[in-house]
Amino acid sequence: MRPLPDKFVRALKAPVFLLCLGPAFVLTWKGFHGGLGANPIDVITRTTGRWTLTFLLITLSVTPVRKLSSLTWLIRFRRMLGMFAFFYGSLHLMTYVWLDKFFDVHAMLHDIAKRRFITAGMTAWALMLPLALTSTTGWIRRLGGKRWQKLHRLIYFSAAAGVVHFIWLVKADLRRPLTYGAILAVLLAYRLIAWLVALFRTRRAAVREPVQA
Amino acid sequence: MLIKKSSDISSSEITPKSAYLSRRKFISGAVAAGAALAGGVYLREHVGSSNTVHASGAKLSGIVKSPLSTSETPTSFKDITNYNNYYEFSTDKYEPNGLAKNFRTRPWTVAIDGMVKRPKKLDIDSIMKLAPLEERIYRHRCVEGWSMVIPWVGFPLSALIKAAEPLAGAKFVAFQTVLAPDQMPNQKESGVLDWPYVEGLRMDEAMHPLAIMAVGLYDEVLPNVDGAPLRLVVPWKYGFKGIKAIVKLSFTDSMPPTTWNRMAPDEYGFYSNVNPQKDHPRWSQANERRIGEFRKRPTLMFNGYADQVGSLYSGMDLQKNY
Repeated sequence: MRPLPDKFVRALKAPVFLLCLGPAFVLTWKGFHGGLGANPIDVITRTTGRWTLTFLLITLSVTPVRKLSSLTWLIRFRRMLGMFAFFYGSLHLMTYVWLDKFFDVHAMLHDIAKRRFITAGMTAWALMLPLALTSTTGWIRRLGGKRWQKLHRLIYFSAAAGVVHFIWLVKADLRRPLTYGAILAVLLAYRLIAWLVALFRTRRAAVREPVQA
Repeated sequence: MLIKKSSDISSSEITPKSAYLSRRKFISGAVAAGAALAGGVYLREHVGSSNTVHASGAKLSGIVKSPLSTSETPTSFKDITNYNNYYEFSTDKYEPNGLAKNFRTRPWTVAIDGMVKRPKKLDIDSIMKLAPLEERIYRHRCVEGWSMVIPWVGFPLSALIKAAEPLAGAKFVAFQTVLAPDQMPNQKESGVLDWPYVEGLRMDEAMHPLAIMAVGLYDEVLPNVDGAPLRLVVPWKYGFKGIKAIVKLSFTDSMPPTTWNRMAPDEYGFYSNVNPQKDHPRWSQANERRIGEFRKRPTLMFNGYADQVGSLYSGMDLQKNY
């Protein structure tokens, strides 16, 4: 398949961007129209949390989908998708800091230290922070592609911490968090296999080389 | 599989400088969306929810007011019935109301067994005539950290226990929810909870005047979503102690198993009294969000019923007996 023309990709960015903002729009609209039910803060917390994980998984699926198909242009949306994971993650964190704890630093520190699901959630967000900050082209240049890529593998750990956060906060019925966990496992397994295959090929090439020389 | 070992990032992986939206725009957009979101909630909390008039549900007659009611403003009927844990139907708090709509509450009998004079079956309609129906406006505190004020209609649990005629040696009463997987979708699933749901009280707790059997809400027949036709209400305990759709009471001399305790013994004890000093391992119990309020309020010992029920637990270590 021919790669999508640059013009087309650029034209697609605006609708994709708006689509990604959709959940925030819906939440806001419902917020103004009493559509968030009896406990709006709970709905906001859960919705932003779910979309954070969803965008992390979408971001992580860009590479496998791109490599297993011919949709190479997908990579041009990866940064935007990753930034949306950070956007929803930050809204999620803000809901906690503001609407749950009302900026009570002492209570939050106590929470982070004592409640393992909060610890996991904070870890997941903290791991996204350097990725969001170094997401610019300038930072890719400054760090060098290889180092930048290495740093951005933190997303694996962020997503894993996010899934653990979800598993630990559920009282019973782990079906939902485990669904996210299963998808993440597949996405990470793809990378492990890809890495092993690459390793195997390099070794074989290294063994063959002297013979060929 | 196409696995390239690239030494550096290829140019195609970098969005061109002329990318549609600049970072600055993205961030300002995010901030605006966040602020709008917060504003929406604020409005909803401060301007919003009026007590909705509810059409369905038959009126109950002859209800007497009780001096045990709180004078706090009751939560709206809409919020009470649409924000509720009823795991037999769904683990989502917004879903049970719809899913329980067609739940059959007649015919309904309650079995009495264990340490009683003689085991028997009581019909729900005769149970509802055991004692005059009272309006009991109680605070309701969920273990998850939210609370409501609920105008229950019911009668003292002690009246049902008297009718059950337990033996002198009975020290506990165990309750059981109906097992109806054809009507309760989650009862068909494994991995939610062990069905049927079971709960229990010590005899002195069960005989306490604050403990009631609820058969109504807002002067009407109890909505299915709230545990119709018969549910337990023990306002000084966390909400999950209030077992719904009861079909059996068993009297025993040993502490009966309770569903959440079986599920996670370190998180849910047999007593499960509301206690702001005893944290749930995963969240604090010091505060609660009253449905309809923006800021959290401090949780009171025994949910504010300490004067009435404190003596039941005198001498007990409530950190251990949670």
